[in-house]
Amino acid sequence: MKDDKTIYAMYDDDMTLLAGAKDLVAKGVSIRDVFSPFPIHGIDPVIGIKQTRLAICAFLFGLVGLTLALAGMYYFMIVDWPMNIGGKPNNFFYQNLPAFVPIAFEFTVLLAAHGMALTYFIRNWTLPGVTARNPYPETTNDRFVMEIHPSDFGMSVDELTVELQKTGTILIEER
Amino acid sequence: MDFIFTKKAKLIFSAFMLIGVIAMVFGYATDVSDHHNRFWANIFVNGFFYFAISLGALFFLALQYATEASYMIALKRVIEGISQYIFVGSGILIIFFAAGSFHLHHVYHWMDISVMYEFVMEATVGSAHPEYIHEMVDGAVKNSNFDKLIAGKSAYLNQPFFWIRTLIYLGVWCYFANLFRKRSLMEDAIGGTKIHFKNMTYAAMFLVFFAFTSSTASWDWIMSIDTHWFSTLFGWYVFSGMWVSFLIVFVLVSIWLKHKGYLPNVNKSHIHDAAKWMFAISFLWTYLWFSQFMLIWYSNIPEEVTYYVIRIDHYKGLFWGIFFVNFLFPMVILLSRDAKRQIGYMITVGLIIFVGHWLDVYLMVMPGSLGAHAEIGFMEVGMALGFLGLFLFVVFRAFSKAPISVVKHPFLDESNHLHI
Repeated sequence: MKDDKTIYAMYDDDMTLLAGAKDLVAKGVSIRDVFSPFPIHGIDPVIGIKQTRLAICAFLFGLVGLTLALAGMYYFMIVDWPMNIGGKPNNFFYQNLPAFVPIAFEFTVLLAAHGMALTYFIRNWTLPGVTARNPYPETTNDRFVMEIHPSDFGMSVDELTVELQKTGTILIEER
Repeated sequence: MDFIFTKKAKLIFSAFMLIGVIAMVFGYATDVSDHHNRFWANIFVNGFFYFAISLGALFFLALQYATEASYMIALKRVIEGISQYIFVGSGILIIFFAAGSFHLHHVYHWMDISVMYEFVMEATVGSAHPEYIHEMVDGAVKNSNFDKLIAGKSAYLNQPFFWIRTLIYLGVWCYFANLFRKRSLMEDAIGGTKIHFKNMTYAAMFLVFFAFTSSTASWDWIMSIDTHWFSTLFGWYVFSGMWVSFLIVFVLVSIWLKHKGYLPNVNKSHIHDAAKWMFAISFLWTYLWFSQFMLIWYSNIPEEVTYYVIRIDHYKGLFWGIFFVNFLFPMVILLSRDAKRQIGYMITVGLIIFVGHWLDVYLMVMPGSLGAHAEIGFMEVGMALGFLGLFLFVVFRAFSKAPISVVKHPFLDESNHLHI
Protein backbone atom coordinates (compact mmCIF):
# COMPACT_ATOMS: atom_id res chain seq x y z
CA MET A 1 0.00 0.00 0.00
CA LYS A 2 1.57 3.22 -1.05
CA ASP A 3 -0.94 5.59 0.54
CA ASP A 4 -0.33 4.67 4.19
CA LYS A 5 -2.17 7.63 5.60
CA THR A 6 -3.07 8.26 9.20
CA ILE A 7 -6.46 9.69 10.08
CA TYR A 8 -7.05 11.35 13.40
CA ALA A 9 -10.60 11.90 14.64
CA MET A 10 -11.14 14.12 17.64
CA TYR A 11 -14.05 13.97 20.09
CA ASP A 12 -15.01 16.13 23.03
CA ASP A 13 -16.65 13.38 25.05
CA ASP A 14 -15.39 9.94 25.98
CA MET A 15 -18.81 8.31 25.75
CA THR A 16 -19.30 9.70 22.19
CA LEU A 17 -15.95 8.23 21.27
CA LEU A 18 -16.80 4.88 22.82
CA ALA A 19 -20.15 4.68 21.02
CA GLY A 20 -18.48 5.81 17.78
CA ALA A 21 -15.72 3.24 18.15
CA LYS A 22 -18.31 0.48 18.57
CA ASP A 23 -20.12 1.60 15.38
CA LEU A 24 -16.91 1.87 13.38
CA VAL A 25 -15.60 -1.53 14.49
CA ALA A 26 -18.95 -3.05 13.54
CA LYS A 27 -18.45 -1.63 10.05
CA GLY A 28 -15.04 -3.23 9.71
CA VAL A 29 -12.86 -0.29 10.69
CA SER A 30 -9.89 -1.16 12.84
CA ILE A 31 -8.71 1.48 15.26
CA ARG A 32 -5.00 1.64 15.91
CA ASP A 33 -5.12 3.60 19.15
CA VAL A 34 -7.07 6.04 21.27
CA PHE A 35 -5.53 9.00 23.08
CA SER A 36 -7.35 10.13 26.19
CA PRO A 37 -6.56 12.07 29.37
CA PHE A 38 -7.92 9.19 31.46
CA PRO A 39 -8.71 5.51 30.98
CA ILE A 40 -12.02 5.08 29.17
CA HIS A 41 -13.88 2.24 30.81
CA GLY A 42 -14.69 -0.53 28.37
CA ILE A 43 -12.66 0.75 25.40
CA ASP A 44 -10.04 -2.03 25.51
CA PRO A 45 -12.09 -4.90 24.10
CA VAL A 46 -13.73 -2.59 21.53
CA ILE A 47 -10.51 -1.53 19.86
CA GLY A 48 -8.92 -4.93 20.37
CA ILE A 49 -6.32 -4.18 23.01
CA LYS A 50 -5.18 -7.36 24.69
CA GLN A 51 -5.17 -7.72 28.45
CA THR A 52 -2.00 -6.25 29.90
CA ARG A 53 0.77 -8.58 31.00
CA LEU A 54 2.07 -6.02 33.47
CA ALA A 55 0.67 -8.08 36.36
CA ILE A 56 2.84 -11.04 35.38
CA CYS A 57 5.81 -8.67 35.24
CA ALA A 58 5.02 -7.40 38.72
CA PHE A 59 4.80 -10.96 40.05
CA LEU A 60 8.18 -11.85 38.57
CA PHE A 61 9.78 -8.68 39.95
CA GLY A 62 8.29 -9.55 43.32
CA LEU A 63 9.78 -13.04 43.17
CA VAL A 64 13.17 -11.57 42.32
CA GLY A 65 12.86 -9.18 45.27
CA LEU A 66 11.91 -11.97 47.65
CA THR A 67 14.79 -14.16 46.50
CA LEU A 68 17.34 -11.35 46.66
CA ALA A 69 16.20 -10.26 50.12
CA LEU A 70 16.36 -13.78 51.57
CA ALA A 71 19.67 -14.58 49.88
CA GLY A 72 21.12 -11.27 51.04
CA MET A 73 20.05 -11.74 54.64
CA TYR A 74 21.30 -15.31 54.62
CA TYR A 75 24.72 -14.08 53.57
CA PHE A 76 24.89 -10.99 55.81
CA MET A 77 23.36 -12.38 58.96
CA ILE A 78 24.20 -16.10 58.90
CA VAL A 79 27.27 -16.77 56.77
CA ASP A 80 29.38 -13.65 56.79
CA TRP A 81 28.87 -12.04 60.18
CA PRO A 82 26.42 -13.73 62.57
CA MET A 83 25.24 -11.21 65.13
CA ASN A 84 23.71 -11.76 68.51
CA ILE A 85 20.70 -9.46 68.64
CA GLY A 86 18.65 -9.71 71.80
CA GLY A 87 19.93 -13.23 72.46
CA LYS A 88 18.33 -14.64 69.34
CA PRO A 89 19.78 -17.82 67.87
CA ASN A 90 21.82 -16.98 64.81
CA ASN A 91 23.30 -20.18 63.52
CA PHE A 92 20.47 -21.26 61.31
CA PHE A 93 18.48 -19.37 58.78
CA TYR A 94 15.10 -20.84 59.71
CA GLN A 95 15.51 -19.97 63.40
CA ASN A 96 15.80 -16.32 62.48
CA LEU A 97 13.19 -16.38 59.76
CA PRO A 98 10.47 -14.38 61.60
CA ALA A 99 12.88 -11.47 61.96
CA PHE A 100 13.64 -11.60 58.23
CA VAL A 101 10.03 -11.61 57.09
CA PRO A 102 9.37 -7.84 57.33
CA ILE A 103 12.51 -7.06 55.33
CA ALA A 104 11.74 -9.73 52.76
CA PHE A 105 8.21 -8.38 52.48
CA GLU A 106 9.35 -4.78 52.07
CA PHE A 107 11.96 -5.67 49.47
CA THR A 108 9.42 -7.73 47.53
CA VAL A 109 7.07 -4.75 47.45
CA LEU A 110 9.88 -2.37 46.57
CA LEU A 111 11.05 -4.36 43.57
CA ALA A 112 7.55 -5.22 42.39
CA ALA A 113 6.43 -1.58 42.51
CA HIS A 114 9.53 -0.03 41.00
CA GLY A 115 9.93 -2.80 38.44
CA MET A 116 6.32 -2.43 37.40
CA ALA A 117 6.58 1.35 37.06
CA LEU A 118 9.83 1.18 35.08
CA THR A 119 8.47 -1.55 32.80
CA TYR A 120 5.44 0.59 32.17
CA PHE A 121 7.51 3.65 31.27
CA ILE A 122 9.89 1.72 29.04
CA ARG A 123 7.12 -0.16 27.27
CA ASN A 124 5.25 3.10 26.58
CA TRP A 125 8.51 4.91 25.93
CA THR A 126 7.59 7.76 28.23
CA LEU A 127 10.92 8.13 29.96
CA PRO A 128 12.30 11.57 30.94
CA GLY A 129 13.71 13.43 27.93
CA VAL A 130 11.87 11.30 25.38
CA THR A 131 9.80 13.26 22.87
CA ALA A 132 6.09 12.77 23.42
CA ARG A 133 4.44 10.66 20.71
CA ASN A 134 1.09 12.14 21.48
CA PRO A 135 -0.24 13.74 18.24
CA TYR A 136 -2.45 16.27 19.99
CA PRO A 137 -1.48 17.94 23.27
CA GLU A 138 -5.21 18.56 23.88
CA THR A 139 -5.66 14.87 24.66
CA THR A 140 -3.93 15.48 27.97
CA ASN A 141 -6.66 17.95 28.84
CA ASP A 142 -10.23 17.51 27.58
CA ARG A 143 -10.07 15.98 24.10
CA PHE A 144 -10.19 12.36 22.92
CA VAL A 145 -8.55 11.24 19.70
CA MET A 146 -8.76 8.06 17.61
CA GLU A 147 -5.90 7.03 15.37
CA ILE A 148 -6.92 5.09 12.24
CA HIS A 149 -4.86 3.79 9.34
CA PRO A 150 -7.29 3.21 6.47
CA SER A 151 -4.78 0.96 4.72
CA ASP A 152 -5.12 -1.53 7.62
CA PHE A 153 -8.53 -2.61 6.39
CA GLY A 154 -8.62 -1.36 2.79
CA MET A 155 -11.05 1.52 3.08
CA SER A 156 -10.52 4.74 1.17
CA VAL A 157 -9.97 7.96 3.07
CA ASP A 158 -13.18 9.48 1.71
CA GLU A 159 -15.30 6.51 2.76
CA LEU A 160 -13.78 6.59 6.21
CA THR A 161 -14.35 10.32 6.57
CA VAL A 162 -18.04 9.84 5.83
CA GLU A 163 -18.27 7.10 8.45
CA LEU A 164 -16.37 9.19 10.99
CA GLN A 165 -18.62 12.19 10.53
CA LYS A 166 -21.61 10.06 11.46
CA THR A 167 -20.09 9.34 14.89
CA GLY A 168 -20.15 12.93 16.13
CA THR A 169 -16.48 13.78 15.79
CA ILE A 170 -15.49 17.44 16.08
CA LEU A 171 -12.35 17.29 13.91
CA ILE A 172 -10.98 14.91 11.27
CA GLU A 173 -7.39 15.39 10.24
CA GLU A 174 -5.10 13.53 7.90
CA ARG A 175 -1.39 13.39 8.55
CA MET B 1 -37.60 -12.91 43.06
CA ASP B 2 -38.33 -14.94 46.14
CA PHE B 3 -36.02 -17.53 47.52
CA ILE B 4 -37.65 -20.88 48.18
CA PHE B 5 -36.21 -22.78 51.12
CA THR B 6 -36.82 -26.25 49.70
CA LYS B 7 -37.78 -29.30 51.74
CA LYS B 8 -34.61 -30.99 50.58
CA ALA B 9 -32.39 -28.20 51.89
CA LYS B 10 -34.29 -28.20 55.19
CA LEU B 11 -33.79 -31.94 55.45
CA ILE B 12 -30.06 -31.70 54.80
CA PHE B 13 -29.56 -28.94 57.36
CA SER B 14 -31.70 -30.81 59.88
CA ALA B 15 -29.56 -33.90 59.31
CA PHE B 16 -26.48 -31.79 60.05
CA MET B 17 -28.12 -30.53 63.23
CA LEU B 18 -28.98 -34.10 64.19
CA ILE B 19 -25.33 -35.07 63.79
CA GLY B 20 -24.53 -32.09 66.01
CA VAL B 21 -26.99 -33.17 68.68
CA ILE B 22 -25.64 -36.74 68.63
CA ALA B 23 -22.10 -35.38 68.90
CA MET B 24 -23.15 -33.18 71.82
CA VAL B 25 -24.86 -35.99 73.73
CA PHE B 26 -22.14 -38.49 72.96
CA GLY B 27 -19.45 -35.91 73.66
CA TYR B 28 -20.91 -34.82 76.97
CA ALA B 29 -21.24 -38.43 78.11
CA THR B 30 -17.70 -39.43 77.15
CA ASP B 31 -16.07 -36.15 78.16
CA VAL B 32 -13.63 -36.89 80.96
CA SER B 33 -12.09 -33.42 81.18
CA ASP B 34 -12.45 -31.24 84.27
CA HIS B 35 -15.99 -29.79 84.55
CA HIS B 36 -16.78 -31.00 80.99
CA ASN B 37 -14.50 -28.29 79.72
CA ARG B 38 -14.02 -30.04 76.40
CA PHE B 39 -17.74 -30.06 75.69
CA TRP B 40 -18.22 -26.44 76.71
CA ALA B 41 -15.12 -25.25 74.87
CA ASN B 42 -16.56 -26.87 71.74
CA ILE B 43 -19.81 -25.01 72.29
CA PHE B 44 -17.81 -21.81 72.49
CA VAL B 45 -15.60 -22.51 69.43
CA ASN B 46 -18.65 -23.14 67.25
CA GLY B 47 -20.86 -20.65 69.02
CA PHE B 48 -18.32 -17.91 68.52
CA PHE B 49 -17.19 -18.88 64.99
CA TYR B 50 -20.66 -18.77 63.44
CA PHE B 51 -21.70 -15.80 65.56
CA ALA B 52 -18.60 -13.99 64.30
CA ILE B 53 -19.59 -14.71 60.69
CA SER B 54 -22.93 -13.00 61.21
CA LEU B 55 -21.25 -10.15 63.07
CA GLY B 56 -18.84 -9.81 60.15
CA ALA B 57 -21.87 -9.59 57.87
CA LEU B 58 -23.35 -6.83 60.00
CA PHE B 59 -20.08 -4.93 59.93
CA PHE B 60 -19.73 -5.36 56.17
CA LEU B 61 -23.30 -4.17 55.62
CA ALA B 62 -22.64 -1.09 57.76
CA LEU B 63 -19.46 -0.49 55.79
CA GLN B 64 -21.45 -0.53 52.54
CA TYR B 65 -23.96 1.93 53.98
CA ALA B 66 -21.43 4.29 55.51
CA THR B 67 -19.36 4.49 52.32
CA GLU B 68 -22.47 4.64 50.11
CA ALA B 69 -20.99 1.86 48.00
CA SER B 70 -23.07 0.67 45.09
CA TYR B 71 -21.32 -2.43 43.82
CA MET B 72 -22.69 -4.87 46.40
CA ILE B 73 -26.31 -3.70 46.35
CA ALA B 74 -27.26 -6.56 44.05
CA LEU B 75 -26.00 -8.91 46.77
CA LYS B 76 -27.26 -6.88 49.75
CA ARG B 77 -29.91 -9.40 50.80
CA VAL B 78 -27.28 -12.12 50.99
CA ILE B 79 -25.22 -10.04 53.43
CA GLU B 80 -28.36 -9.18 55.37
CA GLY B 81 -29.50 -12.79 55.51
CA ILE B 82 -26.15 -13.92 56.92
CA SER B 83 -26.31 -11.16 59.56
CA GLN B 84 -29.67 -12.51 60.77
CA TYR B 85 -27.97 -15.45 62.49
CA ILE B 86 -26.68 -12.96 65.09
CA PHE B 87 -29.78 -13.42 67.32
CA VAL B 88 -29.40 -17.18 67.60
CA GLY B 89 -25.64 -16.79 67.89
CA SER B 90 -26.00 -14.33 70.78
CA GLY B 91 -28.30 -16.77 72.56
CA ILE B 92 -25.74 -19.56 72.32
CA LEU B 93 -22.98 -17.30 73.62
CA ILE B 94 -25.15 -16.22 76.56
CA ILE B 95 -25.82 -19.88 77.43
CA PHE B 96 -22.10 -20.54 77.35
CA PHE B 97 -21.22 -17.53 79.53
CA ALA B 98 -24.03 -18.32 81.96
CA ALA B 99 -22.75 -21.89 82.27
CA GLY B 100 -19.39 -20.38 83.18
CA SER B 101 -20.98 -18.08 85.74
CA PHE B 102 -22.71 -21.06 87.36
CA HIS B 103 -19.41 -22.98 87.35
CA LEU B 104 -20.64 -25.65 84.98
CA HIS B 105 -17.33 -25.22 83.16
CA HIS B 106 -13.94 -23.73 83.93
CA VAL B 107 -13.05 -22.29 80.57
CA TYR B 108 -12.73 -18.89 82.25
CA HIS B 109 -10.25 -19.35 85.03
CA TRP B 110 -10.93 -15.88 86.42
CA MET B 111 -14.60 -16.69 87.05
CA ASP B 112 -13.41 -18.79 89.96
CA ILE B 113 -13.63 -16.31 92.85
CA SER B 114 -10.98 -18.08 94.94
CA VAL B 115 -8.07 -16.92 92.75
CA MET B 116 -8.84 -13.27 93.52
CA TYR B 117 -8.22 -13.27 97.29
CA GLU B 118 -4.88 -13.48 99.03
CA PHE B 119 -6.21 -14.82 102.33
CA VAL B 120 -8.83 -17.24 103.56
CA MET B 121 -10.35 -17.84 107.01
CA GLU B 122 -8.71 -20.97 108.29
CA ALA B 123 -11.92 -22.30 109.89
CA THR B 124 -13.72 -22.32 106.53
CA VAL B 125 -10.98 -23.97 104.42
CA GLY B 126 -12.27 -27.15 102.86
CA SER B 127 -15.92 -26.26 103.33
CA ALA B 128 -18.31 -25.68 100.46
CA HIS B 129 -18.01 -21.90 100.70
CA PRO B 130 -14.67 -20.81 102.14
CA GLU B 131 -14.58 -17.22 103.34
CA TYR B 132 -12.00 -15.32 101.31
CA ILE B 133 -10.62 -11.95 102.37
CA HIS B 134 -8.15 -9.41 101.05
CA GLU B 135 -6.38 -8.53 104.30
CA MET B 136 -4.64 -10.55 106.93
CA VAL B 137 -6.76 -10.80 110.09
CA ASP B 138 -6.83 -13.14 113.08
CA GLY B 139 -7.74 -16.66 112.02
CA ALA B 140 -6.80 -16.12 108.36
CA VAL B 141 -4.19 -18.02 106.40
CA LYS B 142 -2.65 -17.63 102.97
CA ASN B 143 -4.96 -18.76 100.22
CA SER B 144 -3.23 -21.42 98.15
CA ASN B 145 -5.46 -20.70 95.14
CA PHE B 146 -4.49 -17.04 95.09
CA ASP B 147 -3.23 -15.88 91.69
CA LYS B 148 -1.58 -12.50 91.87
CA LEU B 149 -1.76 -11.78 88.15
CA ILE B 150 -5.47 -12.56 87.85
CA ALA B 151 -6.23 -10.70 91.08
CA GLY B 152 -4.52 -7.66 89.55
CA LYS B 153 -7.02 -7.79 86.70
CA SER B 154 -10.05 -8.17 88.92
CA ALA B 155 -11.11 -4.55 88.38
CA TYR B 156 -11.89 -5.47 84.78
CA LEU B 157 -12.35 -9.23 84.87
CA ASN B 158 -15.12 -9.63 87.41
CA GLN B 159 -18.48 -11.20 86.79
CA PRO B 160 -20.84 -8.22 87.16
CA PHE B 161 -18.75 -5.99 84.86
CA PHE B 162 -18.23 -8.86 82.40
CA TRP B 163 -21.98 -9.41 82.17
CA ILE B 164 -22.72 -5.71 81.79
CA ARG B 165 -20.24 -5.47 78.92
CA THR B 166 -21.38 -8.69 77.26
CA LEU B 167 -25.04 -7.71 77.37
CA ILE B 168 -24.28 -4.25 76.00
CA TYR B 169 -22.26 -5.66 73.09
CA LEU B 170 -24.83 -8.29 72.19
CA GLY B 171 -27.77 -5.98 72.77
CA VAL B 172 -26.47 -3.16 70.60
CA TRP B 173 -25.26 -5.44 67.83
CA CYS B 174 -28.59 -7.27 67.72
CA TYR B 175 -30.40 -3.93 67.78
CA PHE B 176 -28.52 -2.76 64.70
CA ALA B 177 -28.93 -6.10 62.92
CA ASN B 178 -32.66 -5.80 63.43
CA LEU B 179 -32.71 -2.11 62.53
CA PHE B 180 -30.85 -2.53 59.23
CA ARG B 181 -33.05 -5.44 58.27
CA LYS B 182 -36.25 -3.59 59.07
CA ARG B 183 -35.17 -0.47 57.19
CA SER B 184 -34.08 -2.52 54.21
CA LEU B 185 -37.51 -4.16 53.97
CA MET B 186 -39.12 -0.74 54.42
CA GLU B 187 -36.99 0.61 51.55
CA ASP B 188 -38.29 -2.19 49.33
CA ALA B 189 -41.81 -1.02 50.03
CA ILE B 190 -41.52 2.76 49.76
CA GLY B 191 -38.31 3.40 47.80
CA GLY B 192 -36.84 6.89 47.55
CA THR B 193 -33.59 8.14 49.03
CA LYS B 194 -34.66 9.09 52.55
CA ILE B 195 -33.96 5.68 54.09
CA HIS B 196 -30.69 5.43 52.23
CA PHE B 197 -29.30 8.68 53.65
CA LYS B 198 -30.46 7.92 57.16
CA ASN B 199 -28.89 4.45 56.91
CA MET B 200 -25.56 6.17 56.42
CA THR B 201 -25.89 7.86 59.81
CA TYR B 202 -26.93 4.66 61.54
CA ALA B 203 -24.09 2.75 59.90
CA ALA B 204 -21.56 5.36 61.04
CA MET B 205 -22.87 5.09 64.59
CA PHE B 206 -22.64 1.33 64.45
CA LEU B 207 -19.11 1.38 63.06
CA VAL B 208 -17.83 3.64 65.83
CA PHE B 209 -19.42 1.39 68.45
CA PHE B 210 -18.16 -1.72 66.69
CA ALA B 211 -14.61 -0.38 66.42
CA PHE B 212 -14.33 -0.35 70.22
CA THR B 213 -16.48 -3.30 71.10
CA SER B 214 -15.08 -5.75 68.56
CA SER B 215 -11.75 -5.37 70.36
CA THR B 216 -13.04 -5.42 73.91
CA ALA B 217 -15.40 -8.32 73.18
CA SER B 218 -12.51 -10.44 71.95
CA TRP B 219 -10.53 -9.56 75.07
CA ASP B 220 -13.46 -10.43 77.32
CA TRP B 221 -14.53 -13.60 75.58
CA ILE B 222 -11.41 -15.10 74.06
CA MET B 223 -8.29 -13.46 75.41
CA SER B 224 -9.50 -13.92 78.99
CA ILE B 225 -9.39 -17.71 78.49
CA ASP B 226 -5.60 -17.38 78.66
CA THR B 227 -6.10 -15.15 81.67
CA HIS B 228 -2.45 -14.45 82.42
CA TRP B 229 -1.66 -13.39 78.91
CA PHE B 230 -2.49 -10.20 77.07
CA SER B 231 -1.93 -8.69 73.67
CA THR B 232 -3.20 -5.33 72.49
CA LEU B 233 -3.37 -6.57 68.91
CA PHE B 234 -5.63 -9.47 69.79
CA GLY B 235 -8.89 -7.68 69.08
CA TRP B 236 -7.83 -6.81 65.56
CA TYR B 237 -6.62 -10.32 64.93
CA VAL B 238 -9.99 -11.75 65.97
CA PHE B 239 -11.78 -9.06 63.97
CA SER B 240 -9.86 -9.79 60.77
CA GLY B 241 -10.61 -13.49 61.29
CA MET B 242 -14.34 -12.84 61.61
CA TRP B 243 -14.31 -10.55 58.60
CA VAL B 244 -12.60 -13.04 56.31
CA SER B 245 -14.78 -15.91 57.60
CA PHE B 246 -17.84 -13.89 56.67
CA LEU B 247 -16.44 -13.11 53.21
CA ILE B 248 -15.82 -16.80 52.55
CA VAL B 249 -19.40 -17.67 53.47
CA PHE B 250 -20.64 -14.68 51.48
CA VAL B 251 -18.79 -15.69 48.31
CA LEU B 252 -19.76 -19.36 48.58
CA VAL B 253 -23.44 -18.66 49.31
CA SER B 254 -23.61 -16.06 46.51
CA ILE B 255 -22.10 -18.49 44.03
CA TRP B 256 -24.58 -21.16 45.12
CA LEU B 257 -27.58 -18.81 44.84
CA LYS B 258 -26.38 -17.61 41.44
CA HIS B 259 -25.97 -21.23 40.32
CA LYS B 260 -29.56 -21.93 41.39
CA GLY B 261 -30.72 -18.98 39.28
CA TYR B 262 -31.83 -16.74 42.13
CA LEU B 263 -29.67 -13.75 41.38
CA PRO B 264 -30.14 -12.96 37.69
CA ASN B 265 -28.57 -9.51 37.96
CA VAL B 266 -25.41 -10.71 39.63
CA ASN B 267 -22.63 -11.07 37.09
CA LYS B 268 -19.02 -12.17 37.21
CA SER B 269 -17.92 -8.70 38.26
CA HIS B 270 -19.85 -8.95 41.53
CA ILE B 271 -18.26 -12.28 42.33
CA HIS B 272 -14.90 -10.86 41.30
CA ASP B 273 -15.32 -7.91 43.68
CA ALA B 274 -16.31 -10.18 46.56
CA ALA B 275 -13.36 -12.42 45.74
CA LYS B 276 -11.03 -9.42 45.89
CA TRP B 277 -12.32 -8.74 49.39
CA MET B 278 -11.66 -12.33 50.39
CA PHE B 279 -8.15 -12.13 48.95
CA ALA B 280 -7.38 -8.80 50.61
CA ILE B 281 -8.74 -9.67 54.03
CA SER B 282 -6.84 -12.97 54.01
CA PHE B 283 -3.78 -10.78 53.79
CA LEU B 284 -5.02 -8.53 56.58
CA TRP B 285 -5.52 -11.61 58.76
CA THR B 286 -2.02 -12.89 57.92
CA TYR B 287 -0.52 -9.48 58.56
CA LEU B 288 -2.10 -9.19 62.00
CA TRP B 289 -1.38 -12.82 62.90
CA PHE B 290 2.25 -12.32 62.02
CA SER B 291 2.56 -8.87 63.62
CA GLN B 292 1.30 -10.24 66.90
CA PHE B 293 3.53 -13.29 66.70
CA MET B 294 6.71 -11.60 65.57
CA LEU B 295 6.76 -8.83 68.17
CA ILE B 296 6.19 -11.32 70.97
CA TRP B 297 8.74 -13.74 69.52
CA TYR B 298 11.32 -11.01 69.14
CA SER B 299 11.01 -9.35 72.54
CA ASN B 300 10.76 -12.75 74.23
CA ILE B 301 9.26 -11.52 77.51
CA PRO B 302 8.14 -14.44 79.70
CA GLU B 303 4.68 -13.07 80.48
CA GLU B 304 3.97 -12.51 76.79
CA VAL B 305 5.32 -15.69 75.26
CA THR B 306 3.14 -18.11 77.28
CA TYR B 307 0.39 -18.00 74.68
CA TYR B 308 2.76 -19.08 71.92
CA VAL B 309 4.84 -21.50 73.97
CA ILE B 310 1.90 -23.82 74.61
CA ARG B 311 0.74 -23.59 71.00
CA ILE B 312 4.13 -24.16 69.43
CA ASP B 313 5.16 -26.91 71.86
CA HIS B 314 1.96 -28.93 71.73
CA TYR B 315 0.08 -27.85 68.60
CA LYS B 316 2.99 -27.27 66.25
CA GLY B 317 1.44 -28.70 63.09
CA LEU B 318 -1.87 -26.97 63.59
CA PHE B 319 -0.30 -23.68 64.63
CA TRP B 320 1.96 -23.29 61.59
CA GLY B 321 -0.41 -25.20 59.35
CA ILE B 322 -3.31 -22.78 59.64
CA PHE B 323 -0.98 -19.85 59.12
CA PHE B 324 0.30 -21.25 55.84
CA VAL B 325 -3.04 -22.58 54.65
CA ASN B 326 -4.94 -19.37 55.39
CA PHE B 327 -2.19 -17.31 53.81
CA LEU B 328 -0.72 -19.30 50.94
CA PHE B 329 -3.90 -20.73 49.41
CA PRO B 330 -5.57 -17.37 48.82
CA MET B 331 -2.22 -15.79 47.99
CA VAL B 332 -1.05 -18.22 45.33
CA ILE B 333 -4.36 -19.34 43.86
CA LEU B 334 -6.39 -16.12 43.94
CA LEU B 335 -3.61 -13.76 42.88
CA SER B 336 -4.62 -13.58 39.23
CA ARG B 337 -7.71 -11.86 37.88
CA ASP B 338 -8.88 -14.92 35.98
CA ALA B 339 -8.87 -17.13 39.08
CA LYS B 340 -11.14 -14.69 40.92
CA ARG B 341 -13.66 -14.99 38.09
CA GLN B 342 -13.58 -18.81 38.05
CA ILE B 343 -16.09 -20.21 40.50
CA GLY B 344 -14.22 -23.53 40.65
CA TYR B 345 -11.17 -21.88 42.17
CA MET B 346 -13.29 -19.79 44.50
CA ILE B 347 -15.17 -22.79 45.87
CA THR B 348 -11.99 -24.82 46.38
CA VAL B 349 -10.07 -22.05 48.12
CA GLY B 350 -13.15 -20.91 50.02
CA LEU B 351 -13.82 -24.33 51.51
CA ILE B 352 -10.19 -24.85 52.47
CA ILE B 353 -9.75 -21.53 54.24
CA PHE B 354 -13.19 -21.85 55.82
CA VAL B 355 -11.89 -24.91 57.64
CA GLY B 356 -8.63 -23.02 58.22
CA HIS B 357 -10.38 -20.18 60.00
CA TRP B 358 -12.50 -22.56 62.06
CA LEU B 359 -9.24 -24.16 63.19
CA ASP B 360 -7.90 -20.70 63.96
CA VAL B 361 -10.74 -20.13 66.44
CA TYR B 362 -10.22 -23.67 67.74
CA LEU B 363 -6.59 -22.85 68.46
CA MET B 364 -7.53 -19.60 70.21
CA VAL B 365 -9.85 -21.40 72.62
CA MET B 366 -8.61 -24.93 73.23
CA PRO B 367 -5.07 -24.62 74.65
CA GLY B 368 -6.36 -22.16 77.27
CA SER B 369 -9.32 -24.29 78.30
CA LEU B 370 -7.99 -27.83 77.93
CA GLY B 371 -4.24 -27.38 78.26
CA ALA B 372 -1.72 -29.18 76.14
CA HIS B 373 -3.73 -32.13 74.94
CA ALA B 374 -6.88 -31.04 73.16
CA GLU B 375 -7.75 -33.29 70.27
CA ILE B 376 -10.05 -33.20 67.30
CA GLY B 377 -12.39 -36.16 67.44
CA PHE B 378 -16.00 -37.02 66.67
CA MET B 379 -17.29 -34.42 69.12
CA GLU B 380 -15.38 -31.56 67.46
CA VAL B 381 -16.27 -32.50 63.88
CA GLY B 382 -19.85 -33.45 64.71
CA MET B 383 -20.54 -30.26 66.63
CA ALA B 384 -18.95 -28.09 63.93
CA LEU B 385 -21.26 -29.73 61.37
CA GLY B 386 -24.25 -29.38 63.67
CA PHE B 387 -23.67 -25.68 64.16
CA LEU B 388 -23.07 -25.28 60.42
CA GLY B 389 -26.47 -26.84 59.84
CA LEU B 390 -28.08 -24.51 62.36
CA PHE B 391 -26.31 -21.49 60.86
CA LEU B 392 -27.35 -22.30 57.30
CA PHE B 393 -30.89 -23.14 58.40
CA VAL B 394 -31.31 -19.74 60.08
CA VAL B 395 -29.65 -17.89 57.20
CA PHE B 396 -31.70 -19.62 54.49
CA ARG B 397 -34.87 -19.01 56.43
CA ALA B 398 -33.94 -15.31 56.50
CA PHE B 399 -33.39 -15.45 52.71
CA SER B 400 -36.83 -16.94 52.18
CA LYS B 401 -38.56 -14.19 54.15
CA ALA B 402 -37.77 -11.33 51.76
CA PRO B 403 -37.06 -10.91 48.04
CA ILE B 404 -33.58 -12.29 47.46
CA SER B 405 -32.61 -9.23 45.40
CA VAL B 406 -33.58 -5.82 46.72
CA VAL B 407 -36.52 -4.32 44.85
CA LYS B 408 -35.82 -0.65 45.42
CA HIS B 409 -32.57 1.08 46.23
CA PRO B 410 -31.05 4.29 44.85
CA PHE B 411 -27.99 2.37 43.63
CA LEU B 412 -29.70 -0.79 42.44
CA ASP B 413 -29.49 0.05 38.75
CA GLU B 414 -25.85 1.06 39.04
CA SER B 415 -25.04 -2.17 40.83
CA ASN B 416 -26.87 -4.29 38.26
CA HIS B 417 -24.61 -2.89 35.55
CA LEU B 418 -21.39 -3.42 37.45
CA HIS B 419 -18.56 -4.06 35.04
CA ILE B 420 -14.91 -4.33 36.01
